[in-house]
Amino acid sequence: MKSGRQETVPIGNSADVVLARQKVRQWAIEMKFTLVDQTKLVTAASELARNALEHGKGGQMIIEQVENSAKNGLKLVFEDRGPGIKDVEAALRDGFTTGGGMGLGLGGSKRLVNDFEIQSEAGKGTRVTVVRWK
Amino acid sequence: MERIPILRMGQFLLVTIQVDMHDRLAVQLQDDLTQRISEWSSRGVLIDISTLEIVDSFIGRMLANIAAMARVLDAETVVVGMQPAVAITLVELGMSLAGVRTALNVESGMELLYELRGDFHSEMSE
Amino acid sequence: MSKLPELIKKHEEEIRADWLKQLSTATRRSDLISDEEIKTQSRELLAAIADGVKTGEVRNLDGPEWAPAREVLNAVSTSRAKQGFTPSETATFVLSLKQPVFSVLRKQLASTPDVMFDEVWRATLLLDKLALLTVDSFLQTREQLIRRQQEELMELSTPVVKLWDGILALPIIGTLDSARTQVVMESLLQAVVQTNSKVAIIDITGVPTVDTLVAQHLLKTITAARLMGADCIISGVRPQIAQTIVHLGIDLANVITKAKLSDAFALALQRTNQTVVKVNAEGARKPFFKKEE
Repeated sequence: MKSGRQETVPIGNSADVVLARQKVRQWAIEMKFTLVDQTKLVTAASELARNALEHGKGGQMIIEQVENSAKNGLKLVFEDRGPGIKDVEAALRDGFTTGGGMGLGLGGSKRLVNDFEIQSEAGKGTRVTVVRWK
Repeated sequence: MERIPILRMGQFLLVTIQVDMHDRLAVQLQDDLTQRISEWSSRGVLIDISTLEIVDSFIGRMLANIAAMARVLDAETVVVGMQPAVAITLVELGMSLAGVRTALNVESGMELLYELRGDFHSEMSE
Repeated sequence: MSKLPELIKKHEEEIRADWLKQLSTATRRSDLISDEEIKTQSRELLAAIADGVKTGEVRNLDGPEWAPAREVLNAVSTSRAKQGFTPSETATFVLSLKQPVFSVLRKQLASTPDVMFDEVWRATLLLDKLALLTVDSFLQTREQLIRRQQEELMELSTPVVKLWDGILALPIIGTLDSARTQVVMESLLQAVVQTNSKVAIIDITGVPTVDTLVAQHLLKTITAARLMGADCIISGVRPQIAQTIVHLGIDLANVITKAKLSDAFALALQRTNQTVVKVNAEGARKPFFKKEE
């Protein structure tokens, strides 16, 4: 995967989560993603940024334009130095919620993107990398 | 602190969400609404999200909570104007908002509220 | 120093003539490509190969000196993919260059068999690589074509029809996979907004099988429509489908399903507070096409 320009957005409070959403929206519009794809990306970013804030006690998001053989894509990396996730498998599992369940929104975010990768270790923080291809 | 305005229309409350809400604002709205419903004995709440370009799990839960709390206070909630892209994304995210009534726009939403909770006599006497 | 470059350059005409003869006996497909086109393509390719070979590099064709040759091959391959050639027919175009080149090498290097062998080997490596390039770009072109056709087909096969005020019908023909579901959802929701509809009838008569996945996709679509204030009724549920649904333990929750579209329509009318009324006989006998003057 080739990398292009990138931007880093710190996530320290809930206003940053909103900023993160807006930044991702800007990038997605520039890259001419369809409206539905934009919405999916921005929503995934919102979920993951919030996670980094709430669960990870703050961190950052790195936006990057990437290329893969013939496709263009947008890559988002969410990093935090929080407590990490002990059971990643369980965190990814979820069913249809009616809005009552808690969950980390990880499983849902996974469905909104094409590539999803998560690295987390108890006590060592978490890093989630997602890519949406055009 | 900024708050989302809540309009009173007879027995019903109307809320139009136009800003990209940060989490605290959303929580504030929940509190304000429950406060007002009980204060004014409102029988219904119309939440207009037609300008919201994203609804994530937090906002989704907020809507579900509002509907649940309103019901406990004997008020119906109707969420109107969800954009197609938002609906598709919410569904993919895994949220169905099953306990929340919906309508296409404010007009249909008000019609629905009247159907569900409209009682012209008590409105007149207020 | 390889003798290949100078030999190819010196005997370019001879090689080309021989090559064209090869091509006419091999898979010519004169129904798909004209003589003129073949002559032009072979001239361009041979010239590009003669240039590329000058660098002495025959194993790695990624460098700039081989760019002209790669371009010619890409163009040849792409146009043949579109014209309807098979990948091997396209590769044969390049491979049939071997014979002519080997002939020249044999004639010119007969006295030095070792050198001849080296050059033959070099030529083989080169032409094999070039032939493989054509296969790659051929496949790429084909895939792009197929993808585009699939997209067009998906759009065409998910029409949304307004049956009556506030009532939409969405006949689904063919299998419902996740890609299709996205298109279906978008079309449906778009239509709900445009027509201000409260009921959507999803007809699955044209869906061959309903398994757990298809059911999930249907439920997703229904949930999305619901979020926008439109209720869905599934119609066209054949007896076999009903059996499958029960056997698989699929829970259609509170989704109303009907066997016939007409029943679904009747229900939709009810839901939207509308009704169909028979007019009196006099009114019914009026012709509804214009009389000729």
